[in-house]
Amino acid sequence: MITAGRIVRLAERDRAQLHFCLDGQIRSALAGDTVLTAMLASGQALRMSEFGPEPRAGFCLMGACQDCWVWQEEGPRLRACSTLVTQGMRLRTTPRESWP
Amino acid sequence: MSKTPRIVIVGAGPAGIRAAAALVDAGLHPVVIDEGNRAGGQIYRRPPDGFVRTPEQLYGSEAAKARALHALFDRLAADGRLTHRAGSSVIALQEGRLHVLGEGGVQLVSYDRLILATGASDRVAPVPGWQSAGVYSLGAAQIALKAQGVALGRRIVLTGSGPLLTLVGAQLVKAGADVAAVLDTAPWHQQMRGFWKLAARPLVTLRGLALRAKLGSRYHAGVSLERIEADGQGVTAMCWRDAGGRQRLTECDTIGMGWHLRAETHLADLAGCAFTYDEQWRQWLPKSDEMGRAGNGVYLAGDGARLLGADGAEIAGRLAAAACLADLGFPAPSTAADLRKLARLERFASGLACAFPWPAAMVRALPDDAIVCRCENVTAGDVRQSVDFGGGEANRVKSLSRVGMGRCQGRYCQLAAVELAAVQAGCTPDAIGRFRGQVPVRPAPIGAFLRDG
Repeated sequence: MITAGRIVRLAERDRAQLHFCLDGQIRSALAGDTVLTAMLASGQALRMSEFGPEPRAGFCLMGACQDCWVWQEEGPRLRACSTLVTQGMRLRTTPRESWP
Repeated sequence: MSKTPRIVIVGAGPAGIRAAAALVDAGLHPVVIDEGNRAGGQIYRRPPDGFVRTPEQLYGSEAAKARALHALFDRLAADGRLTHRAGSSVIALQEGRLHVLGEGGVQLVSYDRLILATGASDRVAPVPGWQSAGVYSLGAAQIALKAQGVALGRRIVLTGSGPLLTLVGAQLVKAGADVAAVLDTAPWHQQMRGFWKLAARPLVTLRGLALRAKLGSRYHAGVSLERIEADGQGVTAMCWRDAGGRQRLTECDTIGMGWHLRAETHLADLAGCAFTYDEQWRQWLPKSDEMGRAGNGVYLAGDGARLLGADGAEIAGRLAAAACLADLGFPAPSTAADLRKLARLERFASGLACAFPWPAAMVRALPDDAIVCRCENVTAGDVRQSVDFGGGEANRVKSLSRVGMGRCQGRYCQLAAVELAAVQAGCTPDAIGRFRGQVPVRPAPIGAFLRDG
């Protein structure tokens, strides 16, 4: 599988493919991918830091650091490391309205 | 009194699973609340449904233990002998009630006795540039491989110190990842100093040395870390000095870092447990007796209380359940053998702590513009200034500089911030104190608290 992302798939590559939407673009992932895996399989980062100029791509992967927040089109934010991606999920790297 | 006691266990790793099983054996029905979707904890974390690697492939020499724990918990859950609340976080605790954040919002769960088996996460130290995309904890690199079958980058540098450094390195190499370097901040002479205590578990020590051998020339002991270089996309290189003081630069797009473990203690704090500064682990740990009794009906088990690793956690889980049963007037299982084993694991753990120390000198020497808090980009200079302004007390440093006030709630910056504050105030880290735990211990959306009607 060709990816231009940060993540390299080393095993478990025979899972069903699914599609999700990220910032209006269709991306593919594998069933069982977390949102973090799915996003970083075809990208370099998850979101921008609110307090500095740098992008962020997660840190602890166990729900403790909260570095991997992304948003759903419907509004609620989710933790990318502990949420499985699903077919048709619509995600954003920024909240719907910018921070006050 | 015939009322069945309500016992809640927080955490379904090795400690939580063993505690639950011991309670079920005594005829009780515990509630097990866990953030994971499947029981196992972080060390024996299971991939989602549909993944096909065997426990042998996932957990190597520890496969039999993982298999046994998973099977035990799944059987108890399937037989209805316990209630498993998966994917749920305890975010607050008050007057015998837990506030549990799950998919349906926040629910209250009452308990008579509470067993906290909250585990640990990586103990990390800031390196200039560590806020960049592509810097992860060592645990993250391992979880990515174990639970997702992926490497977090195309060219990886691992750094820090402790058993996980060697283990993750060897696992990634074996899985086919490109590991450019494994940089251990512990010098060889320091590692040898812990060696005689590590002999308390000769097999484990030999296994570690064999894994280390597999890293070959990638492994460097006694390094000092200078900075992480990054561009607009993320990490591009790690700058470091080898044991001989020569400057080195290793190109990479990903860094995994960790210096052993940091106990997850927020709930113990909210439950009113007393804390003591542990010189050996350079962190504050909740106090309990050898069985895990922390008072007020609260019991502590596993790495959230004492950093003994997965085998120690299984034992501590059994002991906490036994203490709980005894305190409730139930016949409790014999604990003599477990207590003996625990003493041996304590000896081994203190060998690890000595061999692979927290990099205090590196943290103390951080330049003022280095970021200490990744959540809100609070710098080492901000922390130092706050001490000059408000004095060397942890919570004053926190409110003045905002270090520890971000969304991880100090989990990844507290130890470094305290180290910096101690230098600035001219005292020891324990005199600085610790950040008070604040509710909710995980960020919770406001909608989770709203109820219809």
